[in-house]
Amino acid sequence: MEANTAPPKRRSLGSWALISAPYLWLLIFFLAPFLIVFKISLSEVAIAIPPYIPTFDLADGWQAFWDNLGALSLANYVWLTEDALYWKSYLSSVTIAAISTFLTLLIGYPIAYGMARSPRSIRPTLLMLVILPFWTSFLIRVYAWIGILKNEGLLNQLLLLLGVIDEPLVILNTNIAVYIGIVYSYLPFLVLPLYASLERLDGSLLEAAEDLGCPPWKAFWKITLPLSLPGVIAGCFLVFIPAVGEFVIPDLLGGSDTLMIGKTLWVEFFNNRDWPVSSAVAVILLMILVIPIVLFQNQQQKMSEADG
Amino acid sequence: MTLKSLLTGVAALSLMSGAALAQDRTVNVFNWSDYIDESILEDFTKETGIKIVYDVFDSNEVLETKLLAGGTGYDVVVPTGTFLARQIQAGVFSELDKDKLPNLSNMWKDIEERVEKYDPGNKYSINYMWGSTGIGYNVEKVKALLGEDAPVNSWDLLFKPENIEKLKECGVHMLDAPTEMIPAALNYLGLDPDSKNPDEIKQAGELLSSIRPSIQKYHSSEYINALANGDICVAVGWSGDVLQARDRAAEADNGVTVAYTIPKEGAQMWFDQMAIPADAKNKEEAHVFLNFIMRPDVMAKASNYVYYANGNKASQELLNDDVIGDTAIYPDEATVKNLYTTTPYPPKVQRIVTRTWTGVKSGQ
Repeated sequence: MEANTAPPKRRSLGSWALISAPYLWLLIFFLAPFLIVFKISLSEVAIAIPPYIPTFDLADGWQAFWDNLGALSLANYVWLTEDALYWKSYLSSVTIAAISTFLTLLIGYPIAYGMARSPRSIRPTLLMLVILPFWTSFLIRVYAWIGILKNEGLLNQLLLLLGVIDEPLVILNTNIAVYIGIVYSYLPFLVLPLYASLERLDGSLLEAAEDLGCPPWKAFWKITLPLSLPGVIAGCFLVFIPAVGEFVIPDLLGGSDTLMIGKTLWVEFFNNRDWPVSSAVAVILLMILVIPIVLFQNQQQKMSEADG
Repeated sequence: MTLKSLLTGVAALSLMSGAALAQDRTVNVFNWSDYIDESILEDFTKETGIKIVYDVFDSNEVLETKLLAGGTGYDVVVPTGTFLARQIQAGVFSELDKDKLPNLSNMWKDIEERVEKYDPGNKYSINYMWGSTGIGYNVEKVKALLGEDAPVNSWDLLFKPENIEKLKECGVHMLDAPTEMIPAALNYLGLDPDSKNPDEIKQAGELLSSIRPSIQKYHSSEYINALANGDICVAVGWSGDVLQARDRAAEADNGVTVAYTIPKEGAQMWFDQMAIPADAKNKEEAHVFLNFIMRPDVMAKASNYVYYANGNKASQELLNDDVIGDTAIYPDEATVKNLYTTTPYPPKVQRIVTRTWTGVKSGQ
């Protein structure tokens, strides 16, 4: 091993502090909350504040701690396997998120491409325009779609006026409205990383391809697309991961038969007051999302190794 | 600096902060949305010097989750009876200090007796408003589709397939509240609306599922505007909300006439109760607020605004005629006999009820 031959570098206290900062961040804001949620998922529902038992109180001493630990069980996870509702919700969430991510990519790629190919002087303005929607509250922007999509809404009125349709289209309260909502809300998250990778693209490669007689579409397919792949992947994950757990969009735009895990979680938590089962649902959701994140990490690592 | 001057300084400081505290007395109230004449809040601050921080919610579930998590920061909250009962059991509320509530003498004994079911001895809460869960409908449209003798005074309007299938065309909404809809279906089937029997709950679920294709939306507040605008023609809704829709339609003069009916088979009666959370910071001010609310003129003002009946007997002479004289708000003896109340579900049954409801809504 190479590392053994070189004398180990001594790090100063300051650099250790700097390195540990992100880990500390993860520990406090990810691991600790996760452990609390995981612990609740092993508890049992009760009519109390908070509405589950056991609750760990360090003041009770070690014996109580061990007793409480013994009272935890996996019963809530078993419960999740017994009712098809949960699996159908997970599956339907992943499907809706995947379809929306694909649609976002279809719309987002040309936008990012156009931005990266535009004159350098107007790029900051275009970038600004992509970020602009964030200046309005997310909730209000989703709510505005109700006014656009409803039966007597703006879209239907416009289409009726133009004579494209004779009867109003029923879009609101269907899955189509959910796709529209997700694509609209998450488009900037896909465009920004994609734009970053397309902008860095070395233009001389395309010139060389042209000089050698490669038609533009082929140059795009052989050069631009593969080189923008890291941006595509990053963008898709930034859309897919939050879309799986999305609650607001299906709640406001979806119909009563739109099944998404965010809504199922809400019902467990608020209507059933069953914090333990809803925590179990959340833990499983996290597991489902961790897999693509790990895949993404691997991909990134391979990329950087290949670059290095 | 001598010790003496230091002490004087400290004393002066503490006096100042004491004065500041007296000025900054506040009470944090968490009530249903659209549920009070806001001038009442201004009057309260004017008269008592206590500032009100007024927040609103639109579902019992959201309120309950906040209360069960603890540390809500609210001093007065307004849960419905069935939810209140369970929250009392969980130890959410502090007992009222009745010595600080002389206006309790204005309250209506009949209502207090009915509330006993949720809050034995009325120890933790006072009644704010009460009402029924019935049917709101567009008079012209229902007549046009079902004819002159449309069964508007019966649950047949909704639960008979031949009726609802015709009404589907003009839009039917249903409350997104299993604790209201399951009892209504049980009652229609001739079963105990307060049944905790899983098989009977399932039967109610089947009845509700059978009319699902004709329901445009399950929602607990959208129907107010939808009825008023004529977008829908029938909604299962809360009495006061439907009456608000009726008045909005009348004001808009848009040719829509909305009416509310308590079906002859019976309907659910509910009570919204004001209570003080155990961890409230301003209990003193909360009592002042409750006592103020129980004043006959204040309660009459509130009812005249929201079109719900209240539990305050003394306020009745001050109510407008279109409130006290309307049997949809203050039903007559015979109708009141037909109203049923429900009790909270135990956790296991609650799960069945919620699951049944999810099944009704999503078809899963």
